[in-house]
Amino acid sequence: MNQPQNTADIHKVIVEQQAAQDRKKLILNGVLLLFLLAAPFVFYPVFLMKILCFALFAVAFNLLFGFTGLLSFGHAAFLASGGYTTGYLLSNFSGLPTELGILAGTLAATILGLGFALLSIRRQGIYFAMVTLALAQLVFFFFVQSEFTGGEDGMHGIPRGQLFGLINLEDNMNMYYFVLAVFIACYVLVQRIVSSPYGQVLKAIKQNEPRAVSLGYNVDRYKVLAFVISAALAGVAGSMKSVVFQLASLNDAHWHMSGEVILMTLVGGMGTLLGPVVGATFVVNIEYHLSQGPLRDWVDPILGGVFVITVLAFRSGIVGEIQKFVRKNMG
Amino acid sequence: MSDQFVLETRNLVKEFKGFVAVDDVNLKIQKGHIHALIGPNGAGKTTVFNLLTKFLIPTRGQILFNGEDITSMKSAGIARKGVVRSFQISAVFPHMTALENIRVALQGFEGSSFSFWKSGASLNRLNERCMELLDSVGLTEYANTTTVELAYGRKRALELATTLAMEPKLLLLDEPTQGMGAEDVDRVVELVRKAADGRTVLMVEHNLSVVSKLCDRITVLAQGSVLTEGDYETVSADPRVREVYMGTGSSGERGAVEEGAAK
Repeated sequence: MNQPQNTADIHKVIVEQQAAQDRKKLILNGVLLLFLLAAPFVFYPVFLMKILCFALFAVAFNLLFGFTGLLSFGHAAFLASGGYTTGYLLSNFSGLPTELGILAGTLAATILGLGFALLSIRRQGIYFAMVTLALAQLVFFFFVQSEFTGGEDGMHGIPRGQLFGLINLEDNMNMYYFVLAVFIACYVLVQRIVSSPYGQVLKAIKQNEPRAVSLGYNVDRYKVLAFVISAALAGVAGSMKSVVFQLASLNDAHWHMSGEVILMTLVGGMGTLLGPVVGATFVVNIEYHLSQGPLRDWVDPILGGVFVITVLAFRSGIVGEIQKFVRKNMG
Repeated sequence: MSDQFVLETRNLVKEFKGFVAVDDVNLKIQKGHIHALIGPNGAGKTTVFNLLTKFLIPTRGQILFNGEDITSMKSAGIARKGVVRSFQISAVFPHMTALENIRVALQGFEGSSFSFWKSGASLNRLNERCMELLDSVGLTEYANTTTVELAYGRKRALELATTLAMEPKLLLLDEPTQGMGAEDVDRVVELVRKAADGRTVLMVEHNLSVVSKLCDRITVLAQGSVLTEGDYETVSADPRVREVYMGTGSSGERGAVEEGAAK
């Protein structure tokens, strides 16, 4: 192949490569979409919905961790506040359309996310993680003490209700396609954000923050926006989860959950779009299948082992390693 | 008077827990000059530099840019005003292509930096200007190369192109030839000369032969305060300057003084 020398030619090559990559992405997404559309006929829809909710949670987390370089150790707070808000509204206002309940849950998580972000964003690295953890623990204790959450017992019997007042969500298939639609919308949004002009600035901040500052970027504002979007999407995941399972429990607010989403993102591949989805699928499956068998008491140690192996040997995670392999062997 | 000087510091002081790193420094950078800040290790050059670019906050004193007091402004703010710095270690975005590096600098101007809903292709209209800037530093063929794969000298060239994309009025260069081989140094000298056309440049530089080739005016710092100021001939003939370099400077710098003086 001839290397082009002329400026215009080089530019043309760059734009063409970009378009080719976009086409590849589109094909991959199409295949996945077909699979997800057909999946409930093969697998149990509630299990698939669980995976989708956690996948969305991890995708939201990865926007902050993988694409902005901020490790939050408090994302459980957004999952739980979304879930509790939606659960409370749907339980107490019968006839409230489900989509409004989910919207309200999302809004609650967004506002909480803004508060977290404003308090933590000026800290760096481990201090940032610790501040988010501390704030999330505050939220956890609030949920433990509050009456409306049902404390240790959790919130039970949340009605799934009807979508737009028309579609009965008590039916698992209807529920599944609704969850899938929301998931896809959020996934596409994150994909768009990452490649947008704003995403370029996030990339720059992640790779060299002082340089981004010296180019005139007020980096804190960009980080706050990323944090808020991430919290909002985590809220969507929590809200949907409470509708799917008709349950909002303290588990979702516990720091375990903040750790689990880190695990999902790392195992799948941080900083890749598909990584958190694969990671969530992997972790949810391991948890489910192990808890059915003789190893049921060993779920946590086994997940811990997976975590250690990933960090030591497969830094880029499942999707990251596959990408590396493909790049190396297929040019 | 003030329109003659782009940048001025008045009685600038920076203390670190009782240690005075910068002591009562008055600098005046004349418009259109390439001004060098030199001095032995530990003289406070980098501290002054960080004060000017707001990466540090001065303990006392004032900084004026075009007569306007910018002492309390933030780094990002003065960058938007046209005071743009480079770093000692090459400051690039390693996992972006050369073109994307420059484009990020240009994005700040056209106000789409918060547009998270716009497509990535919407940035392609900035590409033409990026290619011009890459051309100007001889990096055209590397436009699509990931920056981490570029040789050191090319990274510095890319950094300079990125800085120029900001259309700075005042360019602050922190040791632009640090750690470079001879042929790279010559290239950077040429680049800086080109970049300085129509602009004002303040550079911290160890390599005195570079200073002698480029700079109109030189300020010598020693132990946090200004020892002397003048053009290269005046400064290099000053016995005090030779003394601080010989007495406390490293051998590399001493060699550089003599090499520079010989020319």
